[in-house]
Amino acid sequence: MLRQIEGSRAVADTVALCRPAVVAAYPISPQTHIVEGLSDLVTAGDLAPCEYLLVESEFGALSACIGASAAGARTYTATSSQGLLFMAEALPNASGLGLPIVMTVANRALGAPINIWNDHSDALSQRDAGWLQLFASSNQEAVDLHVQAFALAERLSLPVMVCMDGFVLTHAMEEIDVPDQETVDAFLPAFAPRQWLDPDDPVTIGAMVGPGQFTEVKYLAARHQLAALDDVAEVAAEFESTFGRASGGLLQPYRTEDAEVVLVAMGSVLGTAADVVDGLRDDGIAAGVLGITCYRPWPHDELHDALRGIPRAVVVNRAIAVGAGSILGRDVRLTAPPTTEVHDVVMGLGGRPVTRAGLRQLVLDVLHGRLEPGALHFVDLDETIAASELARDEEVAVP
Amino acid sequence: MKLPYAVTLGPGSSLADLTGTWRTERPVYQTLTAPCGNSCPAGEDVRSWLYLAESGGAGYEAAWRAIMDVNPFPAIMGRVCYHPCETACNRGNLDEAVGINSVERFLGDRALEEGWQVEVSAPATGKRVLVIGAGPAGLSAAYHLLRMGHAVTVRDSAAAVGGMMRYGIPAYRLPRDILDGEVARVLALGVELELDTPVTDLDAALAEGWDAVFLAVGAQLGRRTYLPAASAAKVVDAVSMLHGLAAGERPLLGRRVAVYGGGDTAIDAARTAKRLGASDAVVVYRRTRERMPAHDDEVTQAEEEGIEFHWLSTIERVEPDGLLIEQMELGEDGFPQPTGRTERLAADSVVLALGQDTDLSLLGPDSGCRVIDGTVDTNGSLATARAGVFAGGDVIAGERSVTTAVGNGRRVADSIDAWLSGRPTQRDPEPNLAQYEALNTWYFEDAPRSHRPRLELARRSSTFDEVVTGLDADTALFEARRCLSCGSCFSCDNCYALCPDNAVLKIGPPGQYVIDLDYCKGCGICVEECPAGAIEMVPEEI
Amino acid sequence: MTTTPLYQIGTFAAGNRLLDPDQRSVQSDQDRTNAITSGHRACRGCGEALAARVVLDAASRATKGRLVTVNATGCLEVFSTPYPESAWQLPWLHSLFGNAAAVASGTAAALRATGRDDIRVVAQAGDGGTVDIGMGCLSGMFERNDDVLFVCYDNQGYMNTGVQRSGATPPAASTATTRPVGTSAGNAFGTGKSLPLIAMAHEIPYVATATVADLHDLEAKVVKAMSMHGARYLHVLVPCPLGWGSPSAETIQIARLATRCGLFPVFEAEHGAVTGVTRIRQPVPVTDYLERQSRFAHLFAGAGRPDVVTALQDRADRNIARYGLLTEETP
Repeated sequence: MLRQIEGSRAVADTVALCRPAVVAAYPISPQTHIVEGLSDLVTAGDLAPCEYLLVESEFGALSACIGASAAGARTYTATSSQGLLFMAEALPNASGLGLPIVMTVANRALGAPINIWNDHSDALSQRDAGWLQLFASSNQEAVDLHVQAFALAERLSLPVMVCMDGFVLTHAMEEIDVPDQETVDAFLPAFAPRQWLDPDDPVTIGAMVGPGQFTEVKYLAARHQLAALDDVAEVAAEFESTFGRASGGLLQPYRTEDAEVVLVAMGSVLGTAADVVDGLRDDGIAAGVLGITCYRPWPHDELHDALRGIPRAVVVNRAIAVGAGSILGRDVRLTAPPTTEVHDVVMGLGGRPVTRAGLRQLVLDVLHGRLEPGALHFVDLDETIAASELARDEEVAVP
Repeated sequence: MKLPYAVTLGPGSSLADLTGTWRTERPVYQTLTAPCGNSCPAGEDVRSWLYLAESGGAGYEAAWRAIMDVNPFPAIMGRVCYHPCETACNRGNLDEAVGINSVERFLGDRALEEGWQVEVSAPATGKRVLVIGAGPAGLSAAYHLLRMGHAVTVRDSAAAVGGMMRYGIPAYRLPRDILDGEVARVLALGVELELDTPVTDLDAALAEGWDAVFLAVGAQLGRRTYLPAASAAKVVDAVSMLHGLAAGERPLLGRRVAVYGGGDTAIDAARTAKRLGASDAVVVYRRTRERMPAHDDEVTQAEEEGIEFHWLSTIERVEPDGLLIEQMELGEDGFPQPTGRTERLAADSVVLALGQDTDLSLLGPDSGCRVIDGTVDTNGSLATARAGVFAGGDVIAGERSVTTAVGNGRRVADSIDAWLSGRPTQRDPEPNLAQYEALNTWYFEDAPRSHRPRLELARRSSTFDEVVTGLDADTALFEARRCLSCGSCFSCDNCYALCPDNAVLKIGPPGQYVIDLDYCKGCGICVEECPAGAIEMVPEEI
Repeated sequence: MTTTPLYQIGTFAAGNRLLDPDQRSVQSDQDRTNAITSGHRACRGCGEALAARVVLDAASRATKGRLVTVNATGCLEVFSTPYPESAWQLPWLHSLFGNAAAVASGTAAALRATGRDDIRVVAQAGDGGTVDIGMGCLSGMFERNDDVLFVCYDNQGYMNTGVQRSGATPPAASTATTRPVGTSAGNAFGTGKSLPLIAMAHEIPYVATATVADLHDLEAKVVKAMSMHGARYLHVLVPCPLGWGSPSAETIQIARLATRCGLFPVFEAEHGAVTGVTRIRQPVPVTDYLERQSRFAHLFAGAGRPDVVTALQDRADRNIARYGLLTEETP
């Protein structure tokens, strides 16, 4: 049903439609409206039976989800940034135990310095924790990805992180088609856990595994995650046939056929990028956008195929690997065919808006060779402040 | 469920890990000798029958039968035995010894009330044994021999059975109905009883064709000492006096009676004198209370009854109306030395209680039995030098008590049976005593001992009613359960419950235990926490 | 004549052939659950292995087997589940070191939400996983009054990792990080926390302390706890022969001495107020307890540290006064 609704609220309503039995959440900006929305639904009895745990920390939140999921309950939590790090120990625990927890990460920068605004440094810092990571490009997609996430998680017995840009999406009010209960129920069967705590069939979950078996466990986990690429695509296809719209999946190409240059990015910038590409095309420049929806597992083959024949790819990084360069950019560089020149840029850290003008200028700079390939470019940097601070570092201190 | 590899395991799969390989020593259940049974002259396994009695109900009969297997006179024991078991009882190190004697009495009395009987189930052997003397030794031997299937004839010079039990111990200590009741049970097994039949010639008796003979004639002669006495002075010996009383006579002792001696017989004589109407009974003894052989409990009862004691005194001379007493003092060596100081003590009669001697006139010069210091010499099997002739009780060397005699009777029966059948005698194994230190007494509740109540003093002085009454069933049960079961498992489940490795298996009620050597790591907690010290650690052979 | 109450030979033992079976401990039952069975790799004489079986068997009986367990990282978890061997015979979950309380809260919530709240939840952790790294989650569980019984097996240190000091390590104890070198007398006085008192400050329905030396008491407290709902906390002293430096056979005895000298008070509380105390039977001075453990040996070697021993005796005496551990009649 079409509603004029805040993104967080739509996500809350949609998660409720998926009938989680246990919700545990600790508030952190900019995730708060999601958990508040769910709290209201549980308190009012609209989401029932559901136990809502007001936990004492994010570590407690994910831990409670682990306990709930292991007991055979569908379970959900949400966090951002510092909260994600606070539960970092529990992230590989959840994936290692194979628990199908769904978690929204309202992407926010990591401190220090503390910054409550949007970039991708939080989710990407946990990219190797064994969770699936899906990036929503719009609030509609955020809603749709949550429904798909529960199906994926339970199909794979793996936890799934649905990432949506903090404030930019969570706090944006727009028209969203929130699904109805009947269709969600048809799409999402009741949770049938692979293993659970059952007095009638006791098992020991979470044994200690030594050098003799650990490698095999990890190998199997790696294979399993790679195989999930097929499931991500399948579930997206099933979603489309059930709900009547394309949403999710591995990649979102836009006007990439015969493109001279494509912008590669994740999350809400894809909407801005599409507008920029439309403008460029109107001006006769063959530009395109290649959105990556599924970051984990990494869609190597699909991305390689999508870039084939495209001479230039400009990766818009919303997070950096300090001391090592970019994250998304390096991934793309390793995957791209050798014929594609990959440009690595950083934009929009800590909530700095990624503008149409900025993106358009970026494309033009790339096309005109003004961006040196092989380097990481901070294209929205305040050069003046940067220069003066670097000069200050050079000053020799008078003893 | 579809369990992920290695992350999730099935239940109890650790049983594949045989942690018993870690051990350097292992616990082994053991049964040690309890000090109570070890010190019982009759050879009772006290701990075992207390264990049976602890159950109450049918346990009483089971306990009684366990006693009867060894000792046919529990009700008598419960009155006249000096209970060395209680002296040895480990519980004495904790609070007070278990009242074993009172429980035995309770069981014996209960058996008499309920009319419990024993039977002979062994087939007749065709052998015939003559027992000379119907005292505790003779009757005990007769009892055991009959139960082994032998034919037994008991010959006694007295008119009634019992020996010293009847003729030496006064009724206020051993009521006649109790004595008669237990003796009757033995006789009912088929004793050929010949009373009023003294045996004056052993060889003649043997010539009657017995397969074996048991000399149990006791020591029934009161020892006399030379005492200067006026011809009119009344001097009797305690043994004869008590014998006569039991036979129905009423000795005339006068109003003031002096008893000379320091043993239990002296005490019996003094207390009897009081009951016969003496206004004063005085015990004259040459040493001190601490040195006197009489048992402390008897002395205390005597004191309660108003009997006086003149310690460190000897009788110089007996006059018709009194005694001349010389005071002694203890020398440096602890022996009494004469001081030369004398005093007069008013007395109408003197009862001599200076010990007992045997009458071995039945032994001819060629009897083949050796006599040493007035007692018949025997070997470790209580056999005399004469083949087929055995001896026990007061007639042989050793402690003189009813319990010892009863124990001798059992050993003689075993020896005779062995000799008749050509099998070796049962040798008691070397005792491995359960030491107090090996127990874990934490697990026993504080439980003060129950003491048997006593007759009021007023009644004691005028009647021969029993002075010490018995415990009721509840109290007897309480007392039996104070036993620490030294060195023997009583199924408390501690080992089973406290093993961190679940390596003690409990097999069947009431609880027998087996160590699961596949998993026992040899930590030793079971040994440490066994209240009874019934487990020990034994090194593994590595 | 004296009346005969319940006295029987071996009153304080685990069981007794003379007692009705329902008066005996759960551990004395031939059909006990054996929630943790043989083949685990605990050290010889491990108090924690025994306590876990006692607690969970009693909880199983109280819940008729409708029980699941959440276990923190630590000795108990490590020695009971090394692949491919698990010693657990009931449903068991291990997540992380510090989150057992939160995981258990989640499990309890799940059981309730899915209509299976006849199944009860017991969380278990060592002292490290309870008072230090587990503190945040535990306090949250208490505050929310989640329906979990949390059991802390307190061996007073991080034993699994090599005997390091925890917030539960007693003063003067030698551990790998509080060695009595130089002028140090071991773990400092004035540090440490009492989780039972902290639990009481949360005013949760039930808090109790117990030791592995008194099975009847420990089982009764587990049964009582399982008869209630809401957040409940049980703190069990479990000697560690390795970490405390005591003979493996003396684990029970040393736990008993801890209570007899007053250093470990045994009591119960409900909603923040003490409701019951187990009085000391046969009290002893603290030296009887300390001398049996080489983690306190430095207090007695050579000239020793009589001042420290006195300070420990003072602590014991304060416990005795505070909780009323001696009766008027106790000498």
